[in-house]
Amino acid sequence: MTEKPNNFLPLEWPTNRVTEIPFRVFTDEEQYALENERIYKGETWNYLCLEVEVPEPGDYVVSSIGETSIIVTRDHDGELHAMVNRCVHRGALLCLDRCGNADQITCVYHAWSFSLKGELTGVAFEKGVKRQGGMPPDFKKENHNLRTLRVAEFAGLIFGSFSDAAPEIEDYLGPEIASRIKRVLCKPLKVLGRNTQILHNNWKLYVENTKDSYHASLLHLFFTTFEINRINQSGGIIVDSSGGNHVSYSKIDEVTTNADYKSQSLRSSKENFNLEDPVLLDGVDEIGDGITLQILSVFPGFVLQQVRNSLAIRQILPRGTTKTELVWTYIGYADDDPEMTERRLIQANLVGPAGFISMEDGAVGAFVQRGIKGVEEDNGVVMMGGHTAESVPYRATETSVRGFWKKYRTLIEGQAPNA
Amino acid sequence: MNIEMRLAVEELFGRYVASIDDNHLEAWPDCFVEECRYVITNRENHAAGLPHGVIYATSKGMLKDRISSLREANIYEKHQYRHLGGSVRIVGTDNDLIDVRSSFLILRIMHDGETTIFATGEYLDKVVSTDKQYLFKERLVVTDSQKYDTLLALPL
Ligand code: FES
Ligand SMILES: [Fe+2]
Repeated sequence: MTEKPNNFLPLEWPTNRVTEIPFRVFTDEEQYALENERIYKGETWNYLCLEVEVPEPGDYVVSSIGETSIIVTRDHDGELHAMVNRCVHRGALLCLDRCGNADQITCVYHAWSFSLKGELTGVAFEKGVKRQGGMPPDFKKENHNLRTLRVAEFAGLIFGSFSDAAPEIEDYLGPEIASRIKRVLCKPLKVLGRNTQILHNNWKLYVENTKDSYHASLLHLFFTTFEINRINQSGGIIVDSSGGNHVSYSKIDEVTTNADYKSQSLRSSKENFNLEDPVLLDGVDEIGDGITLQILSVFPGFVLQQVRNSLAIRQILPRGTTKTELVWTYIGYADDDPEMTERRLIQANLVGPAGFISMEDGAVGAFVQRGIKGVEEDNGVVMMGGHTAESVPYRATETSVRGFWKKYRTLIEGQAPNA
Repeated sequence: MNIEMRLAVEELFGRYVASIDDNHLEAWPDCFVEECRYVITNRENHAAGLPHGVIYATSKGMLKDRISSLREANIYEKHQYRHLGGSVRIVGTDNDLIDVRSSFLILRIMHDGETTIFATGEYLDKVVSTDKQYLFKERLVVTDSQKYDTLLALPL
C-alpha cells in the first residue's frame, strides 16, 4: 500500500450525532491506522508514567503511546524527557527493560549512544577503522537526535504529546477534571504494585466501559448481592467541554431505598448475602468529602480511580484492532502508615483483574467484539440520558460515553459532531 | 525431615488442587487456618518488594467471601483450571511452621474447549500441622508473568 494512513477516509457515521456508534469503528484496520495518526500522534496528551517512578537523575521508564514504545527519562539536571524508543540509525528498539537507571542510552545493534535528553552523542567507528570507512563529512550528529515529545507533569502524572498544537495540559484537562485529579493525587505517592490485564477487544470498548456509569450496578453485582451499594446513592458525572475527559463520583447514601431495583426485577437484587469478613469495607474518609468512588478518565487512555481507599492508575493501550493491554498501577501515599497500606491492599480486592467489582470489565469488551463479528455494518445505540454530553447530577446515563465519541470524532474528522 | 511430613504436605496440596480443578470451591477455604494469608502476586512485584496482590486475603473469611462472590455475584464465562505441580521442596521448619516451595503450571479450559496456559509460577507456603491435618497458614502465589488474560476469577 502506497497511501499514507492520513489519506485513509474516516469511516462513515449514520448521523452527525454520537448516539449511534457504527460497530465497524471497533474492527476496521484503516480506522485503526487513522487513530494512530490523529489521536495518538494527534492533539492529545497521553499518560506515560508517574513522577515517582523516575525520581532520580538517570532513571528511565519505558511506556507506550498507542503501540509506539516511548522512553521517559530524568536527566542529570532533573528535567523530564520523553522520546520514541527507536534508534535513529536503523530503527532498533533502544531500551529493552521496563525501567532502569543509566547515564546514557546505547543501542545494542551498532552501539550508537544518546544522552538522556535524546541527543545523539556517539557513533561507533564514526571516523572509520584504520582510517577506512566511517561516516562521510556531511553526516552531522546534531541532525540525528531521537524523536522527542512534549512532556507535561501534572499532580505527579507524566504525560507526553507528539503534537505541538495540543493545548497546555491544564487546558487539555479542563478545570473540573484537573481539580478532581488533584483531589486524589494531593500528596507524594508510592507504588504498591503493578500488573497488566489482556483484553480481547478494541481499546475503545474498554474506554467506553470506564465511562459507562450505566452498567456499573447492573453488570457488577458484588455490591448489590452483598447489599452494600446501589446506583441510587447520590453522585453524578462531570464531562469536560471537549467531551473526552470525565469524572463519575458517588457518595454512599444509606437512606435510599431499593425500590427502583426491586421494581425492575433485576438479576442484581438478590438478597441475604453477608460478608464473612467485612474488613473489605473498613474504609476511612481520608479526603474528607464523603465521596467513596471517583472514576476519572482523560482522553484517550488514562484512568484514575478511587474506590474507597483503593487508588489506582489504569493505562489503556491498543495492541491491534481486537486486543488491548490494560496496565494497572496500584498506589498509596508516601506517608501511609502500615495500617493504611494494609487497608488499601485489602480494598484492592475490589479492583483489578480479579476485582470483585471489576473482573467483568475484562470480559464484556470481548463479548461486544465477538457479538459484532460479521455484522459490523450495524450501529450500537448510546441514548441513555439524552443526546448530548453534558455534566449531570445522576449516573443512570451514558453522557460521558457520548463525550468520548464527541472528542473522538472531533479529532478523527476535524470537526465536532452535534453533541 | 521425615517422610510423613512430606506426605502430609503433599496430601494438602492434592486437596487444594482438587477443590479448584474439580469445582468444589467451597472446600478451598478449608485448606487454610482461620488466621491465614492468601496473596497472588507476580515475580516483578515480589522482587521489587511491592506488596500488592491481585487477590489479597488476610483471613479464611475473606476466602469464603471470594467463593460466595464467584458463585453469586460475579459474571464470567464458564471455565476450569488444570493445575500441574512441580516437585515439592520443604525448605525449612520453624516451630510449627513448615516452609514449602513448589512450582505450578495452570491451564485454563474454557467451556468451549479452548485450552491455554493461564499461569505459571511458584507457591511459597507456610504450612501448619493441626491435630487432624495439615493446613496453609500462608500461601503466596507468585506468577512468573505480570500479565493476566481477560480476568482472574478462580483462585490459582
Ligand atoms: S540500529 Fe541503533 S545503532 Fe544501528
Ligand atoms: Fe465496570
